[in-house]
Amino acid sequence: MIIAILLLPLISATIAGFGGRYLGVKGAQVLTTTLVFITALLSLQTFYSIGLSGTTTHIQLATWFDSELLYVSWGFLVDSLTVSMLVVVNSVSFLVHLYSIGYMGEDPHVPRFMSYLSLFTFFMLVLVTADNYVQLFVGWEGVGLSSYLLINFWYSRIQANKAAMKAMIVNRIGDFALSLGIFVLFYTFKSIDFATVFALAPYLADVTFNFLGFEINQLSLITFLFFLGAVGKSAQIGLHTWLPDAMEGPTPVSALIHAATMVTAGVFLIIRSSPVFEYTPYVLFIVTVAGAITAFFAATTGLVQNDLKRVIAYSTCSQLGYMVFACGISSYSVSMFHLSNHAFFKALLFLSAGAVIHAMNDEQDMRRMGGLITIIPFTYAMMFIGSLSLMGFPFLTGFYSKDVILELAFSKYSLQGSFAHWLGTISASFTAFYSFRLLYLTFITNPNGPKSVISTAHEPGFVMILPLILLVLGSIFIGFISKDMFIGLGTSFWGNAIYIHPLHLSILDSEFIAYYIKLTPVIFSLLGAAVALTLYHFFNSTLLDLKLHNELGYKVYSFLSKKWYFDKVYNDFVVQKALDFGYNVGFKTIDRGFVEYIGPYGIVNTVQPLTKHINSMQSGFVYHYGFVIFLGLILFTSAITFSFVLPAFDPKLLVLLGLSLLVFA
Amino acid sequence: MLINLVTYLLVGVILFLVGILGILLNRKNILIMLMSIELILLAVNYNLIVFSVYLNDLVGELLALFVLTVAAAESAIGLAILVAYYRVRGTISVKFINLLKN
Repeated sequence: MIIAILLLPLISATIAGFGGRYLGVKGAQVLTTTLVFITALLSLQTFYSIGLSGTTTHIQLATWFDSELLYVSWGFLVDSLTVSMLVVVNSVSFLVHLYSIGYMGEDPHVPRFMSYLSLFTFFMLVLVTADNYVQLFVGWEGVGLSSYLLINFWYSRIQANKAAMKAMIVNRIGDFALSLGIFVLFYTFKSIDFATVFALAPYLADVTFNFLGFEINQLSLITFLFFLGAVGKSAQIGLHTWLPDAMEGPTPVSALIHAATMVTAGVFLIIRSSPVFEYTPYVLFIVTVAGAITAFFAATTGLVQNDLKRVIAYSTCSQLGYMVFACGISSYSVSMFHLSNHAFFKALLFLSAGAVIHAMNDEQDMRRMGGLITIIPFTYAMMFIGSLSLMGFPFLTGFYSKDVILELAFSKYSLQGSFAHWLGTISASFTAFYSFRLLYLTFITNPNGPKSVISTAHEPGFVMILPLILLVLGSIFIGFISKDMFIGLGTSFWGNAIYIHPLHLSILDSEFIAYYIKLTPVIFSLLGAAVALTLYHFFNSTLLDLKLHNELGYKVYSFLSKKWYFDKVYNDFVVQKALDFGYNVGFKTIDRGFVEYIGPYGIVNTVQPLTKHINSMQSGFVYHYGFVIFLGLILFTSAITFSFVLPAFDPKLLVLLGLSLLVFA
Repeated sequence: MLINLVTYLLVGVILFLVGILGILLNRKNILIMLMSIELILLAVNYNLIVFSVYLNDLVGELLALFVLTVAAAESAIGLAILVAYYRVRGTISVKFINLLKN
């Protein structure tokens, strides 16, 4: 079953990718969607048989490396964590495949697109089903590759090229950290199997090694490097810059990869490694703080973005921050719960945004939209429910996980817990603000688009509506349905998939925090939404005035709209320096300098005079040749003589002899 | 008969070296070069004879006789080549025997 789930997307990708020319557009669409649909059904069945029935499955398929201590196998560990991811990945993937039939129908490269989508699904499945870190790394790199291919799908657009390269290069930093983490893991545990590592983690919690005079805890180093990997893949602060740019890809890609599944790989890695993370409290502290700052940073940046998809991208970044700090406060199950909920409502938001962009003739700037509520009311309803779910409106999906995360953060009663709680709560109000700003600017305000576009705007076709309906059902009900299973008190769903140190357990405390603390996030959210509507409806001119004529307002606005100057700092201090180094040192000094001087030009400059010398040696006079023959004879006879006495010689003398020959020759 | 081998061989070596140097240092006359080659051959012959006396073995002296006849034939051929060469080039000066160059 597991093998089938893994192989069907691969088969689909291979056939659609290599045989797309013979399958045609319709063939590729039907084939890939059907195969991924079967995969989704199979993963639902697996969810029942393995997740709900509590039968963790471990399959050892084949040996990959077998070298002394290093033993890496192709194996699949399917426990409740994996099946939760399987359901999320495959259902969202199927819906996105279906949606792409409508959305990408006009594109000349449909088979390639469907093939990439299936390839991504395959690699994501490799990532979540791996039973060791190396196999996980295969999936990790594979989804990075698919992400690159899909961002760069419209490869003739320079912006897409740049965004794809940025995604690849920024991710490389995190991937490098992750691979270093795996090396240290192997050094510490002499194994990269999950089972071995997790079983041994408590015994090796205090093992240190000396590096430049510092005693470094190996487990902390491992988890810190894993966290850096997660920072890259899950777009946490510092390495988040690729995620908003990745919106250059087609919208279904944004929904599948850059919202629902791939970017959660980092969170998945942390949740999967929970038995190791639990023994490294300092790293958990860093994880919490970084996650909370990400949630806050991305929410503030999302406030002032004008690109429809970028707002949702920053929202994704912010929600990933929630998931990460939930991991930091040892609430892995809640993090996973938020991950699966987020997949549904964020995929819904992105796919609805795709419907809007489709209706507006590929316009993404919210300032040129407006008034769509009367033209595409269905899409508006979808987006509205998605936004409500995202901002944690009571009893929608997002509410269940987001509120619990904030409550748990508060009930840690620790520095980082309170930090995360308050930043998270403020971010929640910002989330509501930008969600309603998005809704208002896109749908409610006066139409600002060109008449020709507005007059031809229309609801999407059935294949695009169906995924929206299914996702909206998920966005409303999934949280309520799965709450008890995922994070209910004493739930047996997780089994051994997630480990929480008894001292870190705070789910009980969270039940007893003050009532007003529990209400704060919801009140903040509603306030944020109300403020957004009020400001943009009644005080639009004041906002503009604040933005343009008030010095402080202008500064704050630039700070936020320029994304806290992250990109500027990176470009000026890292990228430009690296490019300068590459041109001046790498290209001019090394390539055109040393290598060419020693290489092509050097050979020419050496060989030509040398040939002249050799040429002039050929004088043609008999006595010169006679001399050379005589010299050769003497050398030959002395070599023979020397070979008889050679065994008596010290080898050092031989070296001396060679050297002297070189010098005097 | 006991003889001082080194002394006798030294004569051979000196003869040989004189021949070699005659070839290497002489840059004018090709006839002298031919004579030097003869000298080298004679030095080798002399060595043969010295060893044959030393070892009381007549075969060496016989071999020297054969070598002498072959050497005579060989120098006759060399002189013939020289005569032919003179007819072609009009000179036998070593200075101008560098046709190998270029």
